[in-house]
Amino acid sequence: MLKRFSIYLSENPTLRYWIVRPEWVAVILLIISVISSIQLSPFFADLAFIMDSATPYVEYGLIAIILTLIIISGEIDLSIASMIALTAVIFGTAYNAGIGMPLSILIALLSGTLCGLFNGILVTQLRIPSIILTIGTLTLYRGIAQSLASDFSLGGYPSWFIGIDYRYVGIVPIPVIIFTVFAIVVGFFLSSTIYGKQLYLIGTNPQTAKYSGIKVDRIKLLLFTLSGLVCGIAGVLTTSRLAVARFNMATGAELEIVLMVMLGGTYIFGGRGNIFGTFVAFWIVVILRAGLNVARIKIESQLTILGAMLIIAIILTNYIYSKSQK
Amino acid sequence: MTLFDKFLRIRELGIFSIIVVFVIVAAIIDPRFMTFDSWRAVFLAIPLILVMAMGQMMVIICRHVDISIGSILAFSAIVIGLLYIQFPGLSLWLSIIITAFVGLIMGLINGFIVTRFNVHSIIVTLGTLSLYRGLVFIVSGGRQIDRNDIPEHVVSFSQTSFFFSIPAILIFSAIIVIITHLVMRHSVIGREIYATGSNPVAAHLKGINVTKVTLFCFGVCGMLAGVAGLFYASRFGYVNPGVTGVGIEFIVIAGVIIGGTSITGGSGSVLGTFLGILLLGIINVALPVLNIPGEFQKAIYGLIIVVALSLDQLIIYRMKKLSGGINA
Repeated sequence: MLKRFSIYLSENPTLRYWIVRPEWVAVILLIISVISSIQLSPFFADLAFIMDSATPYVEYGLIAIILTLIIISGEIDLSIASMIALTAVIFGTAYNAGIGMPLSILIALLSGTLCGLFNGILVTQLRIPSIILTIGTLTLYRGIAQSLASDFSLGGYPSWFIGIDYRYVGIVPIPVIIFTVFAIVVGFFLSSTIYGKQLYLIGTNPQTAKYSGIKVDRIKLLLFTLSGLVCGIAGVLTTSRLAVARFNMATGAELEIVLMVMLGGTYIFGGRGNIFGTFVAFWIVVILRAGLNVARIKIESQLTILGAMLIIAIILTNYIYSKSQK
Repeated sequence: MTLFDKFLRIRELGIFSIIVVFVIVAAIIDPRFMTFDSWRAVFLAIPLILVMAMGQMMVIICRHVDISIGSILAFSAIVIGLLYIQFPGLSLWLSIIITAFVGLIMGLINGFIVTRFNVHSIIVTLGTLSLYRGLVFIVSGGRQIDRNDIPEHVVSFSQTSFFFSIPAILIFSAIIVIITHLVMRHSVIGREIYATGSNPVAAHLKGINVTKVTLFCFGVCGMLAGVAGLFYASRFGYVNPGVTGVGIEFIVIAGVIIGGTSITGGSGSVLGTFLGILLLGIINVALPVLNIPGEFQKAIYGLIIVVALSLDQLIIYRMKKLSGGINA
């Protein structure tokens, strides 16, 4: 029956285009994780609770959306988690130096942008493969954060700044709204503008893209810079949520961010993927984490499940793309 | 070809001169650096990382990177620690075989996923990095293996010596380094690793089983990380599921890369890797002597990785230009 179905699909390309898509894996996984979480604990089925558990991951979600663009264009940025920590620490240091809140936020965003620009310049000018370069800058940025803040927690912010996750519109926390709006804007940009199409072309074949008159290096540089800027925003958001900035915040976050992008069906070698998948995958990670917490599974043991999911997500996505190409 | 270009071609000479300059500068700033104790500290710090770097070097020469080695180290250290609680009389040789076997299995899992599903190794090992770390917590129940759980003969492995007051752990790692050198230079599989890393497609056409070679590299890398787990238990006398081996992969990768191993595969040497790790060990010991706070260590390591990567890329660019090949 499956064989007949696949023959039927191969005769109808339009139908195949809509059915054989990795985003559906994300949607199905989302449904499975909701059902299994409700099975684990009856208290789980509470929309306000899910919204509340989403706020800590909004910072990761914002970056996952930019990372989707970077991976579609055939590069990757693994220094994201360290950039969150570095910008947060710079923000804390600047504020404690007494230069006022607006200027501190500006400095944090600027430092994030510079970090991203540094990655981008080394990738586009020196042609260092981004996957290995950002492993290096991951260590470098985390190290700079540690040199700046030592083992101290930088706190003492005004009360209006602290606790952005406790501000609601209805039952929806403000960070979740920020994330949703950002996802819609970037999703529209990627699917409906000429620049979005250019990203897909760059990821599919950089040489062809170059000869088609697309400024490949400039676009990649811009993407890495943007990644740094969003990490700066995430750093400030995290500081507002935790009320302190430390050098070791968001340790290991690259796993969850890359997991969001991979679960969303973005192709690791570039050229395919979309924001909708990443958006759904964000909720998979949120519900999975919340469900595992409700089931009282230790945070550290949850790493096993997240790690296994990352590998399974990549294998499934590769498998589906290899099928859809036939 | 100018003299400078010839100089650039001998990669180990570059890192060696950096070490010499660094040691001279450190010794001038503070003569305490040249004491016996400092150098003893250097040579006690490196065996653990050196052993892991040998495996990582093979993987990088083969055009892959394994960032899960810190978790493999922790897992094998936890397994051997739990075994010591049950059987305190476990002999050292048996422990080495057990840890090597545990690491080998985990490395082969990495290698299997990379070769079977053809995914970039960094993403796969980013997944297994967390997966194995989670397993460490599940197996140990979050409990630390304490100093008094580890038998005396294992601790003495890194303290005492049977040869000219050189600690046994150092001799053992030196043997591993020499064996790796012989394998890489003079064995068929060693040459196949270089061939695969230089050009996997050509290697395949030449009749080399690329899958087998890649699996071999990941297997050896995991195995040596497993043995390093035993070294860790012996050297530090405790194994903590949340601390042991966290972030050690970046130190190892830094050492391998500054040792002149090219991340685009196909080149690199045991001598260079040894010198790279030696430089990191010297920096590690020199920082407190030079009154630089320990917090700067990670930033310095990161800076070294980035600079080494940039230099590596510049050298490749220059070589391509010299050979008149691709106008990059």
